[in-house]
Amino acid sequence: MSTWTQRLTDGLSKSRDLLAGQLNTIVGRGIEFDDAFWDDMEDALLVSDLGLDAATAIVARMKREIPARAHETLAEVKAHLVETIADEFADGVDPFEQPRAAILMVGVNGTGKTTSAGKLAKQAVDVGKTVVLGSADTFRAAATEQLETWAQRADVPLVKRGQGADAASVAYETIEQAHSAGVNLAIIDTAGRLHTSPDLMRELEKIQRVARERGESSVADAAEMPVFTVLVLDATTGQNGLIQAREFHKTLGLDALIVTKLDGTAKGGIALAISKELNLPIVRLGVGETIDDLRAFDAREFAEALVG
Amino acid sequence: MFENLGSRLQSVFRGLNAKGRLSEQDIDTAMREIRRALLEADVNLGVVKEFTARVKERALGADVLSSLTPGQMVVKIVLDELTELLGTTPTKLVLSSRVPNVIMLVGLQGSGKTTAAAKLAFLLRKQGKKPLMVACDVHRPAAADQLEALGRQLQIPVSRGADDAHDDPVAIARAGVREAIDTLCNVVIIDTAGRLHIDDEMMGEAEAIKKAVRPDQILMVVDAMTGQDAVNVAEAFSKRLDFDGLIMSKLDGDARGGAALSIREVTGKPILFASAGEKPDSLEEFYPDRIAKRILGMGDVVSLVEKAGELEFEDDFSESDADRLKAGKFTFDDFLKSIKQMRKLGGLGAVAKMLPGGGALKDAAGAMDESAVARSEAIVLSMTPQERQNPKLLNGSRRARIAAGAGVQVSDVNRLVKQVAEAAKMMKLMSKSGGKSGKMPAGIPKNFPSF
Ligand SMILES: Nc1nc2c(ncn2[C@@H]2O[C@H](COP(=O)(O)OP(=O)(O)OP(=O)(O)O)[C@@H](O)[C@H]2O)c(=O)[nH]1
Ligand SMILES: [Mg+2]
Repeated sequence: MSTWTQRLTDGLSKSRDLLAGQLNTIVGRGIEFDDAFWDDMEDALLVSDLGLDAATAIVARMKREIPARAHETLAEVKAHLVETIADEFADGVDPFEQPRAAILMVGVNGTGKTTSAGKLAKQAVDVGKTVVLGSADTFRAAATEQLETWAQRADVPLVKRGQGADAASVAYETIEQAHSAGVNLAIIDTAGRLHTSPDLMRELEKIQRVARERGESSVADAAEMPVFTVLVLDATTGQNGLIQAREFHKTLGLDALIVTKLDGTAKGGIALAISKELNLPIVRLGVGETIDDLRAFDAREFAEALVG
Repeated sequence: MFENLGSRLQSVFRGLNAKGRLSEQDIDTAMREIRRALLEADVNLGVVKEFTARVKERALGADVLSSLTPGQMVVKIVLDELTELLGTTPTKLVLSSRVPNVIMLVGLQGSGKTTAAAKLAFLLRKQGKKPLMVACDVHRPAAADQLEALGRQLQIPVSRGADDAHDDPVAIARAGVREAIDTLCNVVIIDTAGRLHIDDEMMGEAEAIKKAVRPDQILMVVDAMTGQDAVNVAEAFSKRLDFDGLIMSKLDGDARGGAALSIREVTGKPILFASAGEKPDSLEEFYPDRIAKRILGMGDVVSLVEKAGELEFEDDFSESDADRLKAGKFTFDDFLKSIKQMRKLGGLGAVAKMLPGGGALKDAAGAMDESAVARSEAIVLSMTPQERQNPKLLNGSRRARIAAGAGVQVSDVNRLVKQVAEAAKMMKLMSKSGGKSGKMPAGIPKNFPSF
């Protein structure tokens, strides 16, 4: 088992025990596909923050499929459940695997945008790519200093301006610099904001527009830097996560998701609902606070962690 | 879409005789709706189960009050139970006579501790205290810089510890308390690093800080958006640190905040403050009855009503204004006053959010944005006093002049004139149909023109 699944496993042990307990009662009375069985399965999904709609949909699908297959053991039922869940995640383009890309990190306050930007920079550098970081969070106190530390840790240049500066121009400059230096990735951190603030959402829209103007106009001699917008979601978020994602998607047209803080006991089930409804790929997982605590997403592994 | 629990239950019970006892079947149907509402609000599943069982027991055989429909009756029982659990009155932060008082903030990463520290310091200073903040987060890059910057903005001192002990949170905490004594500050607010409840080492660090400075109050900061995991987190923090109360952050979003209920049920600790906004003064007392309604998706009507009540409207609408408005004479001057009131209430978005069905209204609020309001305001301000009082004067050439003055199209002026005329008509109608008291409700006229 890779270290990250190890970490996840350790972290999840508590909820896992809970679920195992639930599922074991089923074993205790033998697998009988009665109402109580299905209720327990739904409960297991609900405590993972999947949400009622997604949970009932998955249980309904299992109900349809199970009689057709002979499941003798709990392990088989679980394997089938994992398969069913894994199947629900949307696929898509990974912006960080593009030869050239400008990526906007967006999300509500405190989800891990800045930290993830730092980790992503390091990961790209590790595979021989070139990166420029841009601090377009000109709002929160010391946000730039925070990203500066990550830029140093990842050993990449940082584009910054003072607090209160126009965030969109920082984004523009970052892409400009990335462009002229022929860099692979421009990763731009933005200030956390609640989706319920129309003003702040409009500001983000402007950042994206300006970034696109610079990144996607064909400049002589330089390849374009298509702009991708990535939503960073905290795994502890409950059902509001879907509402947030919808709003950010409506305003910006998101390209991908990153789920952070999976080293805790929260399972991030809402990410499934988001990925499915908005057709967004999950491209990375945050599993800690150090620079290497970033993992690739694997639908099956994630599904396994969800059901314990 | 106007889907709060109240209206859902109404529809469940539609067609049912309004009087009599609730049957078990009716109640089961209602319980499913309640379960859904609570789960959508992120109340922990275990808590939901216990709660619905309790409500069911109470609802079984309960007489439907004659003034209520069965649906309303169930909502009332649910609200009563919720209120019982959460309490009715806000729990106040009690400071001891010790000088300095020490308050320590703890919580998960990204829950909003640093911002909350600054807001709390701001609030306490407003109450006559002299606070000092201590930056004990040595883990997140630039966390101390952030607190220091906030302190500078608010002119509240921040202690970061001695130069040789920048990475030892226990030493920083001790030094902070000492500095408070030396500089005659009487409240110390300690900001700590975010930590996972299962991170034994980091939880040990928090315990060590606690042991070193013996806080009078340990407050846990919890994100209002937290999902099912809230109980695990709160339970672990409660066991290790035995905190005294909670601050719920990010309540300015549209998360229902069911975590409040879960945490209350599991730890029994009170929620002391609601943190709702980016500004330093956005730390408010936590009203449990309001969060109860919010959890059920019934909006924060009470808060809105109270907020409106708190404001002084003397220089806005008077009694005689009210009579005039009821007669259908809503002028552009009245319109300007409405805009002023709306701003006092925190803007259109804030108002819309506090109303039931906030989700649906939010879109409308987005459209009624501040710039549209400002545009309408500019139009009125370009009118002469006579024109403001008497819209009939507004002929084509006057409208063209106003449009030029306000920097808008004539069609914008036309639209506003029409909206204000409609508002006047509505107001007259409304005052005929209802309104027992002769007083204008404090707050916005219900038929405030849309932009
Ligand atoms: N345990 C854990 N903590 C994380 C992870 N990612 C970020 N954090 C922590 O979460 C907190 C917030 O992270 P930031 O990167 O500052 O979040 P942000 O989204 O940039 O925050 P704002 O810019 O204030 O909106 C910090 O304490 C991080 O160390 C993760 O994967 N696991
Ligand atoms: Mg940040």
